[in-house]
Amino acid sequence: MAAPASAYKDRQFLAVIGDEDSVTGLLLAGIGHVTQPPDSQKNFLVVDSKTDNAAIEEAFEKFTTERKDIGILLINQHIAERIRHRVDTYTAAFPALLEIPSKDHPYDPEKDSVLRRVRRLFGE
Amino acid sequence: MSGATNREAVFPTRQSLGLMKSKLKGAQIGHDLLKRKSEALTKRIDEAKRKMGRVMQIAAFSLAEVTYAVGGDIGYQVQESAKSARFRLRTKQENVSGVFLPAFESYTTEGNNDFGLTGLGKGGQQVQRCRETYARAVETLVELASLQTAFVILDEVIKVVNRRGKRSKPFLSLGSILTFHLVNAIEHVIIPRTENTIKYINSELDELDREEFFRLKKVQNKKQRDTAAQDAEMRAKREEAEKRGEKEDEKAGGGDILGDEEDNDVIF
Repeated sequence: MAAPASAYKDRQFLAVIGDEDSVTGLLLAGIGHVTQPPDSQKNFLVVDSKTDNAAIEEAFEKFTTERKDIGILLINQHIAERIRHRVDTYTAAFPALLEIPSKDHPYDPEKDSVLRRVRRLFGE
Repeated sequence: MSGATNREAVFPTRQSLGLMKSKLKGAQIGHDLLKRKSEALTKRIDEAKRKMGRVMQIAAFSLAEVTYAVGGDIGYQVQESAKSARFRLRTKQENVSGVFLPAFESYTTEGNNDFGLTGLGKGGQQVQRCRETYARAVETLVELASLQTAFVILDEVIKVVNRRGKRSKPFLSLGSILTFHLVNAIEHVIIPRTENTIKYINSELDELDREEFFRLKKVQNKKQRDTAAQDAEMRAKREEAEKRGEKEDEKAGGGDILGDEEDNDVIF
């Protein structure tokens, strides 16, 4: 029910949209993946102050809807704030969207879209 | 009957009333227990998220150590040398009473090292430690993602069920993740239904009582009428008999009471 096996069978990578430090650390952990040469696609995006929101949205779109091999999308919370409307309206189960803290921005549970949903679920 | 659609199909008897009452009591106790449990579950997600916050902080700190030890930013080098993921996911699904909940599982592929050259000059140890720290952090993230996905899927399931307006089939499982749904189901389905059923049985029983009372009253009325009629008849007969007796007395004029003349039978 709700999720056929095909929806997540091939999802074996994590993707990340984050600032340089977060991405570097996660890549060191070994989540980085670049697809085969013809259209070598990275599964990570480094966002700094110069990156505009359209680029973030585009990457978000690519990781959530286009690519079918991503199981979890990690996004820095302060970057999620920049495309909050997109993050809040994202309700699909796959890939799972996880807001993570970054070095300069501590984690704030109040902003987390999923936590808010959980709270609503319990009728709080 | 207002709640006719939302009650259980039972015969309105005192026995089923007793059954329903005990069921309602059970549901209320269960609801209290589950409510407490579901609050614990919310707390679990909340805690997992906070734990993630701490873990990521530690990881960020170890990365800062690397930067310090290497004496420069390794970000660019790392991004360029990432080729194939060492850290991957496997999804398996758990069947929790009819709802398939996927769970992520992480595994690392062997013999695949994109960062063999990172920190070769200096800070190799820090790089190594940082990698381990981040790997542990990612494991925490994967765990959290599983928990979260389960909730998202259940949220969808519940929405679908709610939209159909058929909340009559709660998942009767105590699978921890379904607890909150059960709380909802008990609160919004089972308890109102049982209450409706009790109301229905009560009203039906009252109705029966009224009917019975009415019937008894009718019977009583009829009996009274009958007795009154009999009384009247009897009285009439007695009066007639008395009258006749007087006449005979006059006729006989104190004649022989043991005479041949027979008395009329007095019929009561």
